[in-house]
Amino acid sequence: MMLAPSVIEELRRAVGKEFVIDSSNDLRIFERDASIEGCAPDAVVLPANVAEVSAVIKIASKNRIPVVARGAGTGLSGGAVTIRGGIALQVTRMRRILEIDPVAQTALVEPGVVNQELSLVAATHKLFYAPDPSSQKACTIGGNAAENSGGPHCLYYGVTTNHVLGMEVVLADGSVHWVGGDAPDRVGLDLCGVLVGSEGTLCAITKVKVRLLRTPPSVATLLAAFPTIEAASQAVSAVIGHGIVPAALEMMDSVTVGAVEAHYHAGYPTDAGAVLLVEVDGIAESTLELMTAIRKVLADHHGYAMREAQSPAERDLLWAGRKGAIGALGRIKPNYYLHDGVVPRSRLPQILSAVGEIGVHYKLPVANVFHAGDGNLHPNILFDLRDREVLPQVESAGEEMLRAVVELGGALSGEHGIGLEKSAFMPWVFSEDDLDAMKLVKHALDAHGIMNPGKIFPDPERKMPHLAGRTGLAIEAKWW
Amino acid sequence: MTTQPFARLNDDDLATCVHCGLCLDACPTFRQTGLETESPRGRIYLMTQWKRGGLPFTEDQARHIDLCLGCRTCEAVCPSGVPYGRIIEAGRSEVEHIRRPTPKRWLARTALRQLLAKPRRLRTAGAVTRAAQKVGLTSLVRSGRQLPALRPRFQPPAGGIAPAIGPRKHRVAFLVGCVMPILYPQSHEAAVKLLQLAGCEVWFPRAERCCGALLAHNGDLDGAERLRDVNMQVYRDSNFEALIVDSAGCGAHLKDFYPELEGRVKDLSEWLVDVGLPTPAGEVTMRVTYQDACHLAHAQRIKKQPRDLIRSIPGVELVEMRHPDICCGAAGLYSTLEPAMSARILQEKLDDVLSTRAEVVVTGNPGCQMQLESGLRSRGSTMRVEHVAELVVRAFLH
Repeated sequence: MMLAPSVIEELRRAVGKEFVIDSSNDLRIFERDASIEGCAPDAVVLPANVAEVSAVIKIASKNRIPVVARGAGTGLSGGAVTIRGGIALQVTRMRRILEIDPVAQTALVEPGVVNQELSLVAATHKLFYAPDPSSQKACTIGGNAAENSGGPHCLYYGVTTNHVLGMEVVLADGSVHWVGGDAPDRVGLDLCGVLVGSEGTLCAITKVKVRLLRTPPSVATLLAAFPTIEAASQAVSAVIGHGIVPAALEMMDSVTVGAVEAHYHAGYPTDAGAVLLVEVDGIAESTLELMTAIRKVLADHHGYAMREAQSPAERDLLWAGRKGAIGALGRIKPNYYLHDGVVPRSRLPQILSAVGEIGVHYKLPVANVFHAGDGNLHPNILFDLRDREVLPQVESAGEEMLRAVVELGGALSGEHGIGLEKSAFMPWVFSEDDLDAMKLVKHALDAHGIMNPGKIFPDPERKMPHLAGRTGLAIEAKWW
Repeated sequence: MTTQPFARLNDDDLATCVHCGLCLDACPTFRQTGLETESPRGRIYLMTQWKRGGLPFTEDQARHIDLCLGCRTCEAVCPSGVPYGRIIEAGRSEVEHIRRPTPKRWLARTALRQLLAKPRRLRTAGAVTRAAQKVGLTSLVRSGRQLPALRPRFQPPAGGIAPAIGPRKHRVAFLVGCVMPILYPQSHEAAVKLLQLAGCEVWFPRAERCCGALLAHNGDLDGAERLRDVNMQVYRDSNFEALIVDSAGCGAHLKDFYPELEGRVKDLSEWLVDVGLPTPAGEVTMRVTYQDACHLAHAQRIKKQPRDLIRSIPGVELVEMRHPDICCGAAGLYSTLEPAMSARILQEKLDDVLSTRAEVVVTGNPGCQMQLESGLRSRGSTMRVEHVAELVVRAFLH
């Protein structure tokens, strides 16, 4: 579908000629995010402020054109993929930190502000922004709010929704609204809570007011090796079972450690079956006490080669390895298919052995790197899309893993969102009534369905959303 | 010569990109434009489609390749190990084969090739420029205004050897190179002095030419290969522990493009930290900031050593800017070929540099030095730009 020349003309008038891209070759470059499906937009539009966002959405609304907000395109569930074409609303020109209030400990930012940049600037006031997705070097606060992103430190600090106080949003009719406010507790209907994590299906976000936290005076980071992934999972359950909630509790299996070590040289033990990265923070006395207790629990569960970071630089290196882990898997195979199901923590050993068996059954390498403390899995099925034979297996393996998660009482996604990738599985966990209730909210805010269509809700026309049909993979495989 | 379209682009290199996007905000042109098409991931995607036939080659899209600075910041942050430098050089070379160059590009490339082919030509150009500067002619053109005031060019000592000061511990070769001796002779002089102080006998290979970095970075791989052949004849049978390079762009190119020299090419700071300098005699009271040269920090992954050298001088206070490792927009010929984007990147850099209120900004590459100098001049700032060697040698001049 191409947009009518008159629509392109209107868009150009709204944001400026150079900020509308409609060359079909260039549009192809915008067809994907960090997941594997793709579909090119019909135009990329780069507004500079809320007035321009509103103008663009009014044009879209009038002409019934889909609008999909896009930040850095680092999402892992296809949230920023324009699966029905339409306008990719690229917010990356809106990247100003408008205000930091060191007393109230808040920041007001535009949606294109990069997560890490916010913490970097907040650090001058000894403050930081807690949700730290692994892509924080590049991902934007707008995208974080839309996807309700998590991150390693969300175990203790909570996910994005716990840190968003208010937002300025543009609804499907182009109207501009403030939801939430400056206070951490919301009175009345929690509209901000509804919109955070709505994956672009209800609104476009134009400003976000976030909570900042005081940088903890003391941090301790521990790396521990385990002979097997099962032993490491038992240790995770034991730590939590002892009533300890670390700031972060992350696991990586041997496949991941090998890939990470090749780039970061962080000193991860490559002979271990799995490693845990544990962090506690607070005042010095309490971190010391907690770490001593944690070390004991880990040792009781076959933990060995325990090493605590001795300097901030060493700590940064340990974290760089963890946060770059998914990208580092490219050293093994050029493509990954990644789900982020969540299971109750006590079920970690079972789900990990199920994931392992599925990998063996389909003869596909699987790398596990995940937020163990939350029970939030990230099994990465590794493959090379140039090998077309393997694609159906990859798809089936992913689906089976997710099915196993649900059977153990888990959820479809911990932090990446449903997007395109998991929409077909929604009926596994939600009844028709549940879905209808959600659709009523969607209809109330976006009656014509122009905001990020084709996401979250199962699409009857797309029975198998993953590697079939109008996807980046299929298209690329065809070229091959 | 290539026969298949895009034969120089290696499909396995391209396939290492998993499309995670961690590189995006490290890319200066993405930071300026916010566009996927001006990001490393976007460029790799584009070249992958060209290679695999998913998109036709168009002049319009070649612009995205042109706009890449080649700073390789993306490569340093890429966890997947994408060899971006190799990919973009191959991509550029293919683009230059396919398209009809614009007059500006053709002129730049031809001039570069001709000037670098014979050392004498560049020296003559330097002499002419020096004379023109005396009578104020160079200020008439933009690129002329960017040039530093030229001093007499660097001359290796008679006999081609500078002896070690004190006992001789090492024998090293020194890359005199093409533009450094003309634009920044004082950097070379300081570098050689430091090497001598560190107990190195410094050898200046007489028949050595330009290393070819400028050609390779601008899509002329054939020209770069010819220069490599000439230089390897000089280096191959000679006896030296290391080839010392004090210009980051050359060092990166020699490390990547001269496999026979594997492990022996050393950046000056890397080498000096390795072998150790004597304890400085004097104190240098100065507030400085350090700008990472892209081809040092990202291509060679050397960030610590220059800072260690700076901090080793008593009296020097090193104040870091917020983003010291983001490109200044110089990028070899880029500031001439893409002046608009280069200027945008430079302005952001100048804000960052000036916010440190340092007296001197220190760096390790002539291109960066020239770009920062001309930027600071245009802002009316008195902040000076120096090569790391120039700063460090002060501590030994008392």
